[in-house]
Amino acid sequence: MKDIADLLRHHPFAEGLDEETLALIAGCAKNVVLQPGDYLHREGAAADSFYLVRHGAVALETFVPGRGAFTFLTVKSGEILGADWLIPPYRSSFDARVVELTRAISFDGKCLRGKCEADPRVGYEMMKRFIPPLVKRLQSARMQALGMYDAANA
Amino acid sequence: MAKADEAAAIITVEGLQDLLQAIRAGGYRAIGPTVQNQAIVYDDIESVEDLPRGWTDEQDGGRYRLAKRDDDALFGYSVGPQSWKKFLHAPKLRLWTAERDGETASVTPEPSPTDRLAFIGVRACDIRAIEIQDRVLVGDLYVDPHYKALRERALIVAVNCGQAGGTCFCVSMHAGPRVEQGFDLALTELLDGTEQIFLVETGSDEGRALLAQVPHRLASSREVEAVEAVIEGAASSMGREMRSDDLNELLMSNLEHPRWDEVATRCLSCTNCTLVCPTCFCTSVEDTSDLSGERAERWRRWDSCFTMDFSYIHGGSVRASAKSRYRQWMTHKLATWIDQFGSSGCVGCGRCITWCPVGIDITEEVRAIRGCDTSAGDWP
Amino acid sequence: MPPTLKACTPPPYPMAPSMTPVTRFIRESAEVFTFDLAPERATPFTPGQFNMLYAFGVGEIPISISGAADAPDRLTHTIRAVGPVSAALGRLKAGDQVGLRGPFGVGWPVEEAKGFDVLLIGGGIGLAPLRPAIYWLLRHRAAYGRVGVLYGARTPDDLIFVSELEEWRKTPDFQLRVAVERAGPEWTGDVGYVTPLLSKLRYDPADAIAMICGPEVMIRATALALEDAGIADSRIFVSMERNMKCAIGHCGHCQFGPLFICKDGPVHRYDRVRDLLAYREL
Repeated sequence: MKDIADLLRHHPFAEGLDEETLALIAGCAKNVVLQPGDYLHREGAAADSFYLVRHGAVALETFVPGRGAFTFLTVKSGEILGADWLIPPYRSSFDARVVELTRAISFDGKCLRGKCEADPRVGYEMMKRFIPPLVKRLQSARMQALGMYDAANA
Repeated sequence: MAKADEAAAIITVEGLQDLLQAIRAGGYRAIGPTVQNQAIVYDDIESVEDLPRGWTDEQDGGRYRLAKRDDDALFGYSVGPQSWKKFLHAPKLRLWTAERDGETASVTPEPSPTDRLAFIGVRACDIRAIEIQDRVLVGDLYVDPHYKALRERALIVAVNCGQAGGTCFCVSMHAGPRVEQGFDLALTELLDGTEQIFLVETGSDEGRALLAQVPHRLASSREVEAVEAVIEGAASSMGREMRSDDLNELLMSNLEHPRWDEVATRCLSCTNCTLVCPTCFCTSVEDTSDLSGERAERWRRWDSCFTMDFSYIHGGSVRASAKSRYRQWMTHKLATWIDQFGSSGCVGCGRCITWCPVGIDITEEVRAIRGCDTSAGDWP
Repeated sequence: MPPTLKACTPPPYPMAPSMTPVTRFIRESAEVFTFDLAPERATPFTPGQFNMLYAFGVGEIPISISGAADAPDRLTHTIRAVGPVSAALGRLKAGDQVGLRGPFGVGWPVEEAKGFDVLLIGGGIGLAPLRPAIYWLLRHRAAYGRVGVLYGARTPDDLIFVSELEEWRKTPDFQLRVAVERAGPEWTGDVGYVTPLLSKLRYDPADAIAMICGPEVMIRATALALEDAGIADSRIFVSMERNMKCAIGHCGHCQFGPLFICKDGPVHRYDRVRDLLAYREL
């Protein structure tokens, strides 16, 4: 069986990461298999982990009374899931529901934060990997918030 | 209609009257300058008595006044508010009528006009303007049948300018004051205190045939020189000037120039400039139906890029600000027109300056933008 | 039959529509409907071209053709009811008549794209003008490299051409990703904006042509993302919209800088419009 560092090495998140850092952060990681309908986290709960999705799909959703759950983003193979573990008070801001059988690498947020604090070089490597997808999601979220498909004409 | 191609002739005022009669007898509706509503207005004329004898105009930004001359010149003004486009490219035109017959309907296009229009007293700038509208309305794949029908039959009797108006800048646009082409006959009025005569150049077979019906004599070299002096006098007394060789690059590289904001504080978006402009061609259509819903029509009318509706797409107007609308008009006229139709859309007639209620001056706006070309990193 | 760019002999009265029967009417979603017209004469067109459609007594609007270009005896249009004319067109039924002028403009570069990987990205009703190109690519599949379609819509209820999306999803050698902006739990597809899905398509950016149709903000974002992915700006094509009264370059309404959307477009090469797109209210 492949060890966790090996799984990590094959995820786009770890691309270009040196072996030493890889081994270091692997110490905070574990392999998880998630079933459809499982929730990785719930809105308001402690955000103590984040995930690198290897295969599968997770829906980020929020529940609107009387209207049900709304998904606003799906996270799929090769992507990262979870940002709330990065900033105090480490609290999840929405639900994360597994849509299909999902294999992921789960990180202990507190463990990883500790390693980043201890070695700013590791912290910087991590930030370089977190910020781009988060900024891209912010850009997409803006477009979604504008609801501009309404402005399209044939 | 081509360039003047032979020795010029001389006719008298009586000869001009004969010429008008010959034109009308030839089946033309003669249209020329008249004095109406304290302005020079192009309208139907029957004789030289309808022409604005002894009148001239004083023009400046936002200002137009008729004034008496101290002579009897028939063409002693520059240009009035209207151009010939109101005849060739009608302000309002029914395009077709549709009738329902049970489940089906049929559309009947408005027949192309058969009128033969004779334009008397067309200035060089306005000939250039007609040529520019030709390029837009009949010069591409699709042809405006109404314009084409009138244009093909139109007779053009041009007049060289003996004086420039206060807002004229045709010299800057290389559109005048000398009538160079595009006419059947071209007149130059010569007044020396005792004699009032017209030097006539012919530019087409039809023009030559008309001249042949009118008493005339060959022009003397002194008269030809006098005409040169008259035109030179007009050319050297332009009320405005504007460097025009680099306008496409200048304006399109200054689309965010602060001057657009500044002019927007003055511009009323009244659309006057577009209506008096002899080349502005934009139109809108209005679809109507009668109360029974059995009969429908489509009308075309002049439109202006200064209105909000002009650029409306679902959700709102693309050009919601006065700034963007003024910028559209001026950049189209002076810059993008060149990309679209191979020439500037401006002929330097000055009407947009004269008839702007707040006196916005296109030549001054260009100067202001040129004065601090922001594309050169020269922000104020 | 090769695509025809423009009518060879324009009609003598180019502003007069031909009253043309509706032969089929389909409701796509709450706001969107599709109908077929049976023109009197066979009307060949290039995918991406548009017609002017006249609702009797109400008015006329430009609508891209949304059907297959290999059936010139049928002109299909897909329309969202947003104004008086489109709403009137939405009340028609088979047997009624629509005034037809067209086809007009420059369409998608389906001929130039031969041999290339082709990406088609549509947002909202912007999928409709792309559909003739999709049909064209499917019909001449062997002439093209990899083909990928991305389609973004507001919600699953707003999707158009739903049954065809299912067919395309099952079509071998044809990539389709659909993203909605929000969805309930019953939706198992992608949720999010359409541009991030580009990274999910397989194509060679050095050898790809992209065609985009949708709201202008989406066009700008998507074209930049395609450039970032390595596709040359001269190989990106965008379909644009402006007010249009005549479709023949005479009314002046559709100007976009030096371009007339009606005759220089509606499909424009991105490198020729990218600088203009940067200016507000141009």
